[in-house]
Amino acid sequence: MSKNKKIALLSMCACLAMLLSFVESRIPPLTAIPGIKMGLANIAVMFTLYKLGTREAMAVSAIRVVLIALLFGSAVSFLYSLAGAVLSFAVMLLVRRVKLFSEVGVSVAGGVCHNIGQIAMACILLETNVIVYYLPFLLLSGTVTGVLIGVTSALLIKRIKIK
Amino acid sequence: MSGCNSVKKLRYDILLIAVLLFVSALSVALMLVFRRGGDRVAVEIDGSLVCEYSLAENGEYPLNGGTNILVIENGKAYLRYADCPDKVCVNTGKISYVGQTIVCLPNRVAVTVIGGGGVDIVQ
Repeated sequence: MSKNKKIALLSMCACLAMLLSFVESRIPPLTAIPGIKMGLANIAVMFTLYKLGTREAMAVSAIRVVLIALLFGSAVSFLYSLAGAVLSFAVMLLVRRVKLFSEVGVSVAGGVCHNIGQIAMACILLETNVIVYYLPFLLLSGTVTGVLIGVTSALLIKRIKIK
Repeated sequence: MSGCNSVKKLRYDILLIAVLLFVSALSVALMLVFRRGGDRVAVEIDGSLVCEYSLAENGEYPLNGGTNILVIENGKAYLRYADCPDKVCVNTGKISYVGQTIVCLPNRVAVTVIGGGGVDIVQ
């Protein structure tokens, strides 16, 4: 793949990740438990991870977190999304390295760890451990959304050919 | 990826999903079984305990200089107002069991139900 093509592709993936984040922020929360969300942006990150590589996916994820915070967020929301993104990305890489899991397994691990990262950051920022109470619900939602995002990503990774 | 390999991967995926679902369902179930009603709420702002209110008395209390309004009604506590845009704390609804919490992240306010013997988290 030529350098120019790669730059264009990466920009498109980063743009998609941002757009998906934005779309998701417009959807009203379904439950009263904070932190439950679909994780649509992970589709773009998963796609980049499998199609373009680890470093590229890391760049897409980092660009999304920084730009979304600058455009729509605050310092606090930046810290939450950073904690979730860093932990989930690290675990997704590990799970993928093990070579036992398909895209769905990687995405489930990512979804669950995103929620764990955010809860951990909330515990640090609020200096309280009472929010651990939310963890079982977040594990549950992370697993379910992880499956949905994983199946979607797997389809896209399989169907979209990049030369 | 060969067909056989992907079937094997699928099996591990399902195992991972099953384990996660089991662990989370189990902890949710345990939480529901062992929960008990509290008698006070503790209000924490910026990580430090500011005050406690009894759940037995109905009342309306502005918190953190008015950024959030706590209401206690019929043994349940909820936040009726928050000045932040996301309103997660207002949407959390009413709490009355020990360990239940309403958190307002932007204002760093946490309201937790506590029992007779101090803070007790039911997990």
